[in-house]
Amino acid sequence: MERELKLMKGNEAIAEAAIRAGADSYFGYPITPQSEIMEYLMAQKPHERTGMVVLQAESETASINMVYGAAACGKKSMTSSSSPGVSLMQEGLSYIAGAELPCLVVNVQRGGPGLGTIQPSQADYFQTVKGGGHGDYKLITLAPSSVQEMADFVKIAFDLAFKYRNPAMILSDGAIGQMMEKVYLDPQVPRMKEEELPSWGTQGKKKGQDHKIITSLELESEKQEKVNLRIQAKYRQLEEEEVRFEAISCDDAEYIFVAYGTSARICQKAVDMARERGYKVGLFRPITLYPYPFKQLNKLADQVKGMLSVEMSAGQMVEDVRLAVNGKVKVEHFGRLGGIIHSPDEVFNALLNKIIGG
Amino acid sequence: MTEEIIIAGFGGQGVLSMGKILAYSGIMQDMEVSWMPSYGPEMRGGTANVTVILSNERISSPVLNSFDTAIILNQQSMDKFESTVKPGGVLIYDDNGITRHPSRKDINIYKISATNEASKAGLIKVFNMIVLGGYLKVKPVVKTDNIRKGLEKSLPARHHGMIPENEKAVMKGMELIEAIQIL
Repeated sequence: MERELKLMKGNEAIAEAAIRAGADSYFGYPITPQSEIMEYLMAQKPHERTGMVVLQAESETASINMVYGAAACGKKSMTSSSSPGVSLMQEGLSYIAGAELPCLVVNVQRGGPGLGTIQPSQADYFQTVKGGGHGDYKLITLAPSSVQEMADFVKIAFDLAFKYRNPAMILSDGAIGQMMEKVYLDPQVPRMKEEELPSWGTQGKKKGQDHKIITSLELESEKQEKVNLRIQAKYRQLEEEEVRFEAISCDDAEYIFVAYGTSARICQKAVDMARERGYKVGLFRPITLYPYPFKQLNKLADQVKGMLSVEMSAGQMVEDVRLAVNGKVKVEHFGRLGGIIHSPDEVFNALLNKIIGG
Repeated sequence: MTEEIIIAGFGGQGVLSMGKILAYSGIMQDMEVSWMPSYGPEMRGGTANVTVILSNERISSPVLNSFDTAIILNQQSMDKFESTVKPGGVLIYDDNGITRHPSRKDINIYKISATNEASKAGLIKVFNMIVLGGYLKVKPVVKTDNIRKGLEKSLPARHHGMIPENEKAVMKGMELIEAIQIL
């Protein structure tokens, strides 16, 4: 079936894509700059379109625990928030990962720390990929850099979450949430029927069945270690099979930007500026922030003379770029803070000063 | 063709919706578009701006620091955005409430007294479409019939009765715009 063309905000695209992906439930609490997700869902009355439940919870803590409950029943469940709200969800995320349940959490980042600002930021990288909650767990993390990807990554995130029984995160930011672009929407996928729900889900004990137990608690350490090893084995498989990235103008590049989300879009313009001036510059864009494209970046390090990691933070992803490159070439960071979006000029000048000239 | 535009003024002047109609009109002729609004503290302070990009190619950065065209609808926006017009670019402004007129010598400057005209002609609701008409006279980046299609797409069906009035306003703007400085 043909995809439907619309002009939408990134936030609206996520909401519409969730309905169309056959999501069963959304629980959330409003916060700028992502409130359009729930507003759009409420206006669409998805309970009439597909039977999807949309509920405004009393807090972010409640939202994530409602998601936990719905996920335990084998349902496609999601929430969304922005940085301070996502901080409140960290305990729940750790529990959901510990209980090996799938769900989707969308973080439309804003500037921090604390209540910070409502403007775009990318300072939640550490929280997202290094574990904001306790324990050895990872979030499958997708970083969209366009409104189209905001829509497309909803289905991908749900698919990965169910395949690996692990929470998935779409890590976006206020700029992509608020901006409008063309988006081609997939046709409606029906919600899972009763008989299609995964067998591990708790849908009421039927005759002849054992109890299904969903828990993140195991007091016997030997058993808990086994749980951990099982979870870690999934992560090794994720790292082997699910890495996604985009390399733009990298084939002949002598220098590259490494950036995701909004920063990647800005770097793309800076690549054009550099090429017009005769510099061979490319852009490497990690699409999965976990699993991170370590191997691909390491390979690029054999070819280029330097890399500039660009993110709207004080320098978080740059640590992973350095890990990937392992000292082969110079890696520096550039980024504006507190809700300021760096301009293409600033990014290009930073490349000149810190990498090409430095 | 790529056209990078900033539209800036007071909240309530229809800055964001003018940008949206322009973006939709671009889609109607198969262009790539992006619409990036201000939503932060400046908006809460009463000013609003939106960056619109129309292009025949894939759009890279939706955030820009210089523009082909600036459409400026109040003094604060003049102070902030006059300097961001690319040399040789276009600045269009409504002179209502403007105390410091644009002074750059390296850009094309046009004036449109849309606020006055809108209140005289009873077209306050479609003020922004007068401005849009003026812009399209200077830079015909989208065809007028695609503006109609853009309006149909961006207005809810219950407001489609207002489309003729909007189109009239676009025509009015095309008549009203005057060149102040042409390079």
